[in-house]
Amino acid sequence: MPDTPPIIQVRDLRKVYQSGDVPVEALRGVSLDVRRGEFLAVVGPSGSGKSTLFHVLSGLTPATAGSVTIDGIGIAQLDEAGRTALRKDKVGIVFQKYNLLPTLTAEENIAIARHISGKDIAWGPAFQEVLKALGIENRLHHKPRAMSGGEQQRVAIARAIVNNPAILLADEPTGNLDTQNSEIVLSLLRELNQKTGQTILMITHNPEAAAYANRTIRMRDGLIAG
Amino acid sequence: MLNQLVFENLKHRPLRTLLSAAAIAIEVAMILTLVGLSDGTLDESKRMRRGIGADIVVRPGSTSVMSFSGVTLPEKLVEYFQQQPDVEIATGSAAHGIPGGLMESASGVDLAKFSTMSDGLRFLSGGPFQAPKDIIVDERYARTKQLGVGSTLKLWDKNWNVCGVVEPGKLSRVFLPLPVVQELASAPGKLSQIYIKLKDPSRTDAVVKALKDNPQLGSYQVLSIDELASLFSIDGFPALRQFISVVIGLGVVVGFLVVLLSMYTAVLERTREIGILKSLGASPAYIMGILMRETLILSITGAVAGIVLSLVTQWTMNTFGGSALVQKMVPHWWPYTTLLAIAGALLGTLYPAMKAVRHDALEALSYD
Ligand SMILES: Nc1ncnc2c1ncn2[C@@H]1O[C@H](COP(=O)(O)OP(=O)(O)OP(=O)(O)O)[C@@H](O)[C@H]1O
Ligand SMILES: [Mg+2]
Repeated sequence: MPDTPPIIQVRDLRKVYQSGDVPVEALRGVSLDVRRGEFLAVVGPSGSGKSTLFHVLSGLTPATAGSVTIDGIGIAQLDEAGRTALRKDKVGIVFQKYNLLPTLTAEENIAIARHISGKDIAWGPAFQEVLKALGIENRLHHKPRAMSGGEQQRVAIARAIVNNPAILLADEPTGNLDTQNSEIVLSLLRELNQKTGQTILMITHNPEAAAYANRTIRMRDGLIAG
Repeated sequence: MLNQLVFENLKHRPLRTLLSAAAIAIEVAMILTLVGLSDGTLDESKRMRRGIGADIVVRPGSTSVMSFSGVTLPEKLVEYFQQQPDVEIATGSAAHGIPGGLMESASGVDLAKFSTMSDGLRFLSGGPFQAPKDIIVDERYARTKQLGVGSTLKLWDKNWNVCGVVEPGKLSRVFLPLPVVQELASAPGKLSQIYIKLKDPSRTDAVVKALKDNPQLGSYQVLSIDELASLFSIDGFPALRQFISVVIGLGVVVGFLVVLLSMYTAVLERTREIGILKSLGASPAYIMGILMRETLILSITGAVAGIVLSLVTQWTMNTFGGSALVQKMVPHWWPYTTLLAIAGALLGTLYPAMKAVRHDALEALSYD
């Protein structure tokens, strides 16, 4: 589909961290297109800038220079409120740590994402099917501490996509999981991408995990290396 | 949805929740008790003055309503008033402070005349003075001091014999024959107040004016009973009003500080959770809303508990407290005090909430 515009368009993105006296150039001119419906893996050694890219794309930190367009919205121009609103509507994020709210049940953790985006907290049958596919539909009334890491991560994925975001961003989603649970989560991401056409950008340093994606890009020293 | 989150947060730290609500409860109870005490005590004094049955009161020139110490009016004034055509009956009393009693005093009266004026002291038990050391007390005084007819009451280092217990609400709680009090006060032939009952009460204002205009009475204070009663309102006691304002202010500050501290620790403890909410796209208003809701629940619960607590202090005060202070229920202050407590608590949440909102989401997410 070369005609449809990319859902993410990154041009010459730079990010400089000013920690102490020495500025750290985490991103040194990244350009990248992600097509709608793509499952893209970003790999690279530690410190190559993968997480920084994730943070900029999710609006958790502003870019220093360059342009980033997500689903038609230029995020470099957005202030903090605008970047926050981006996560509510356009971008679903999944972290290595599952980041569920510990006092709420799985169901409530998912519902609060809908509430924050201003939607009716009850979801429809289509999403119920997604929960079934994620294998957590029977765990909904449990609190995070009563669930395994794999289950918690699947709840986090469900929460990230409950508002039908343009893109699902995941930073090392299997980083805390054992092999078996990693395989389950990665298969689920692939299935989600294939069945619902959910665009996914997954960061990992594990080549085996990257193999689940349609395409893999490599980062090195704050640049895309191929 | 939010309520669920707020409720779980409150449940998560039950002791903190309890202590914050308790602080607000004490704040509210403190205010209501103080207002109830001042209103109740003033009302009671007012009722006692009205209970005398007089239309006009004459007092020494420069005394405040709460002081009965000035036994300076010459007794012959009573005769002068008695001779006035409008006057039906005039009688005087002398007051002598009871040591250790808060604003309490014993009244020396001419029992026969006083009874005629006030429609008779109603004896619940016993009767008028018989012997030189006889004393009459009202029911409330008897209850708090556990007295009955025949008991001995020690006052001014003398033993008195309780000869009668009367219904409360007439001038004083403790009565003695007039000469006895005059002797105690070392003021023979002097009075603290003179009460005048008119043949036609509708002439009160005219008579008050005439007496005020009489140059011979220039150094005395002539008041209609309504004027006297109006002095027994909070408006008559600017210092008391100030004191109440100070206590209310302190109460609100304490509530504010406790909530500030409590919400500050709550926000610190939940740094990560707040970061998670931000990662889901929660706006500053959304996060503020959660914290404010939590405070609202705390302060409303605390205020309701405080109202209940003030009823407990009222019961305790009126059952075990002295006879001088009367606490009454002040329901019209409930909403006002509740709103004050809520406002103080919300104000206390403002700083922690701002801190939560300002905290960088990424930093918050890496917080353990
Ligand atoms: N908040 C920050 N302040 C200062 N420097 C930072 C900050 N975050 C990241 N960096 C630096 O930016 C560079 C890129 O870091 P980043 O976290 O993006 O790497 P990464 O590819 O995700 O590594 P890993 O695989 O270890 O997660 C590193 O040199 C890192 O030290
Ligand atoms: Mg990283």
